[in-house]
Amino acid sequence: MLNPDSVGSTFAGTESITVSQSEIDAFCAVVGESDTTIAPPTFTIRITLTQFEEILTRPEIGLDWSRLVHGDQKFEIFIPVKAGDQLTCAATIESYRVAAGNEIVSVRSDLHKGSELAVSAWSTLVVRA
Amino acid sequence: MIEVGTVLEEKVFYLDRALLKQYADASGDQNPIHQNEEFAVSVGLPNVIAHGMLTMALVGKYVSDFAGGSANVLEYSARFIKPVIVPLGEKVDLTVTATVSEIADGKVSISLSATSAGVKVLGMAKAVVRK
Repeated sequence: MLNPDSVGSTFAGTESITVSQSEIDAFCAVVGESDTTIAPPTFTIRITLTQFEEILTRPEIGLDWSRLVHGDQKFEIFIPVKAGDQLTCAATIESYRVAAGNEIVSVRSDLHKGSELAVSAWSTLVVRA
Repeated sequence: MIEVGTVLEEKVFYLDRALLKQYADASGDQNPIHQNEEFAVSVGLPNVIAHGMLTMALVGKYVSDFAGGSANVLEYSARFIKPVIVPLGEKVDLTVTATVSEIADGKVSISLSATSAGVKVLGMAKAVVRK
């Protein structure tokens, strides 16, 4: 179970992530995008979900990642992501509720490029009963 | 000329097990429900299912094309309402269309429809692009 005390708190990811051209190329290849100079709009999920897993499964937060289902997803893109960008991730647990034994967690991730906010993304994650 | 209510051209993407593996590697999401049929069935799924985010990535390509490039995509959201089921040896469709819902301040909002085998797989799917 998620520790309810963590709701409303923001947790910094452990490290800065440098986006590589090969990562963008691989993502573009899946969707058939020929312009590899800009990351496709959902590319940063690659960073966000990994960071969420690291953050939300910390012992003091306690989410069970093994029974997780993705409920919904939203991106707001302020600065398009390109190869060479150095991004830091912070996750804020915005809401948490339990319905029919399922835990429903809404998490926002903010990816900063230097001091500028590049991408905010919202994920609703459901831990099945 | 686009205006509110304009229906955009339909595009069909095809998903197979190879694409799921390719997306798993590209995204880092190696959850076995997207690759291993025995495992997927053991957790109560009808078969291997596509990553919701793969569906969203493909529909995102539709959005980028409409926007004239990924750099013009400002907002994009969707709810995962039904899985895209991908049986071994089959190519399943992901059929995408959209309707213009708002035009303001150099931005165009679209409502997206995404179905697979006739079943709606994304709900409340929307995007805002600079155009």
